[in-house]
Amino acid sequence: MAGLKTQQLSAHPNPFPKKLWHYAAGILIIAYLFYSIGTMGLDWQRFIEGLGHADKLLDRMFPPNFSRWELLLEGLLESLEIAVISSAAGIFLSLFIGLLAARNFMPNWVSVPVRGFIAICRSFHPVIIAILFVKSVGFGALAGILTLIIATIGFIAKLFAEAIEEISFKQVEAIQATGANFISVILFSVMPQVFSRFIGFATYQFDSNLRNSTMVGIVGAGGLGGTLFSAFQRFDYDFVAAILITIIALILFWEFLSTLVRRIFQCRK
Amino acid sequence: MSAMQRYLDVKGLKKQYIEGTPILKGIDFSIEQPGIIAIIGPSGTGKSTLLRCINRLVSPSDGRIIINNQDTSNASGKALRNLRRQVAMVFQEYNLVERLSVIENVLSGRLGYMSSWQAWRRKYTQQDINTAFELLAAVGLTDQANKRADSLSGGQRQRVGIARAVMQDPSIILADEPTSSLDPKTAVEIMALLERFAREKNIPALVNMHDVKLAQRFATRIIGMSNGHIIYDGPPQGISDDILNKIYGGESWLD
Amino acid sequence: MSQINQQWQRFTLAQKLSRYSVYLLFVMALVMSMRTVEIIPEFFFDAPEQMMDMFSRMWPVDVAFYPITVHAAIIETLNIATLGTLVTLIFAVPLALLNASNVVASPIAHWVARFFLVSSRSVNSLVWALLFVAIFGPGVLAGVLAIAFRSVGFVGKLLAEALEEIDMGSVEALRATGAPWGAVMLKGYWPQVMPAFYSIVLFRWDINVRESAVLGLVGAGGIGVVLNDSMNLFEWQQVATSLLAIFAVVIMAEILVVNIRKRMI
Repeated sequence: MAGLKTQQLSAHPNPFPKKLWHYAAGILIIAYLFYSIGTMGLDWQRFIEGLGHADKLLDRMFPPNFSRWELLLEGLLESLEIAVISSAAGIFLSLFIGLLAARNFMPNWVSVPVRGFIAICRSFHPVIIAILFVKSVGFGALAGILTLIIATIGFIAKLFAEAIEEISFKQVEAIQATGANFISVILFSVMPQVFSRFIGFATYQFDSNLRNSTMVGIVGAGGLGGTLFSAFQRFDYDFVAAILITIIALILFWEFLSTLVRRIFQCRK
Repeated sequence: MSAMQRYLDVKGLKKQYIEGTPILKGIDFSIEQPGIIAIIGPSGTGKSTLLRCINRLVSPSDGRIIINNQDTSNASGKALRNLRRQVAMVFQEYNLVERLSVIENVLSGRLGYMSSWQAWRRKYTQQDINTAFELLAAVGLTDQANKRADSLSGGQRQRVGIARAVMQDPSIILADEPTSSLDPKTAVEIMALLERFAREKNIPALVNMHDVKLAQRFATRIIGMSNGHIIYDGPPQGISDDILNKIYGGESWLD
Repeated sequence: MSQINQQWQRFTLAQKLSRYSVYLLFVMALVMSMRTVEIIPEFFFDAPEQMMDMFSRMWPVDVAFYPITVHAAIIETLNIATLGTLVTLIFAVPLALLNASNVVASPIAHWVARFFLVSSRSVNSLVWALLFVAIFGPGVLAGVLAIAFRSVGFVGKLLAEALEEIDMGSVEALRATGAPWGAVMLKGYWPQVMPAFYSIVLFRWDINVRESAVLGLVGAGGIGVVLNDSMNLFEWQQVATSLLAIFAVVIMAEILVVNIRKRMI
């Protein structure tokens, strides 16, 4: 192993000092694993037993049973309706709520409470919100729609407020300098900056609402979730498989559509 | 070391990326002397491809590459890695690991001699560590040893790249346009470094370059490529305007 | 010189047509949905009153309830979320490697990995929980697995995308030194992907805390069980306690994640 011409062979210190906190972190994680598995009473035996059950369950799930396809279709359509209506209404409301929450357009006594409201909308899981609505407005699609409107507001209104706060006033000034009127200013400087991001948010939120609309039915808020839950309770596992396949197909279909939509509106990825 | 040491033999090398449009149309040359061998030629003529075929970062479509009397053509897996560690490469964009320190980048030249486990535990031998620091001193970067690689300037990064290459204790150095991203003064410094290492370790350095004057200044041999063929292979003095014309085409740029 | 009248349109005809079709389809979907959805109008107009009624029953919040049941359940929820996220990594990392075109080149591997990642994400954690409760019985095990199985798709997809965005230059250099595959991964890919990795894991952990809170509603452990029991007993004040606890934990988790992220950048 040839070195270069050197005066003397000096032993250099190891340039990689052992970072103590790396070890500490590693030990912490392992300790945590022991602790959590212990306190939660997870034991291997139960897991193995479960695997046996899993085997039997999978047997009962296949082949998937589509014979009750009318029920399936009913649930599917209801989920779609919930997703579409709540997305439309939610986005519409978010435009106003987002504007009210924008700190560069609104005084603090308006924007702060509105931001608080948006935060609350985001913090709770849609299922919890669904339960509350079911308890107050009854079972069915209405509860689902109201739930997802809240979920939509929590996401879209926040993003919208941030987008408004980030508007580059330079572009606004540039258009104003051409002597254009206010509407034109909005159309040509504000909208282009915000619009393509908006399409991105909207498709993402619809995706989220679609997924949630297939789930809130578990607590009675309408849609495929209800069908799924009853199938579970009746141990109709092959029907369960059919419903799961439908849900996955639905989501895949929307993922495909949303890339199309985004390409049509030429948004960045 | 016998006088007929064959560092590199390239025989009938051909490469096409797309069916029907070959980049390299039959390259033949061999290297028997140490020192800098410059490869010049227009962009797209396959200079990079040629170098990458030598260390098999790219697979040749046809032909044979023989390094130190070992045929690389069918090497794979461990044999390929053993071959690769004999061939050191210096890149136009330096290709350092940005987030790691300078010294670790230099030491990564030894990874071909270590297992993944040793790499993870950073178990470099004391010998390796000593050599790495010496190389850093030789390229003038001792003070930068523990800095992150991305905090260095372009010229400094290339010097780390060269140190990493020499760290491999290679039998041949390949340099793919090592000076193209650097200002003229730094370019000269880098070429001087390459020449010095080639001389001290008695190995050849195959260097792609655009700057013909720079090539003539440092190289002991120049290979001119055009359109996938070697058009000129000889001493730097033999590069006449005529030859340059044939290689690059068009007269106006020569004025 | 003849005059050439150039025409400028922002969008070509094809683009205009496709944009209008999207708008049209959307409006149609909306109208159809509104006509077919089954909502009883009386319930709709009754809604605000009903909600006020329910909120009034939740007040005052039953604070004494907290140390008895809620505290342990919330800790259990946090453990489900954390353990679930850790288990996720076991599956998500290999799948991400298989799915990244600059790590593994085989298209078959991509499709296989993609299949698992997509199925994992398409099924809600609540639905996974239902499935696992049916298999392993009610309890924390079902919850942890539900969180893990749902997160694999999320983490795997984002990780694969992060891997594909790295600069391959240093990877090429390391391969050229003859380094073995593991060393190339460790020194070439990992340093570049590391910030994204931690960011993704933290992000998912945050979401998982929210998700874990509701899994108990189907029996998979955590505060959801307490919530469910309280609701079935119509103990609204205790429901309020649980809800507040959930809210507090979610906010704390979010603050924690934001702070860790700030220190990482």
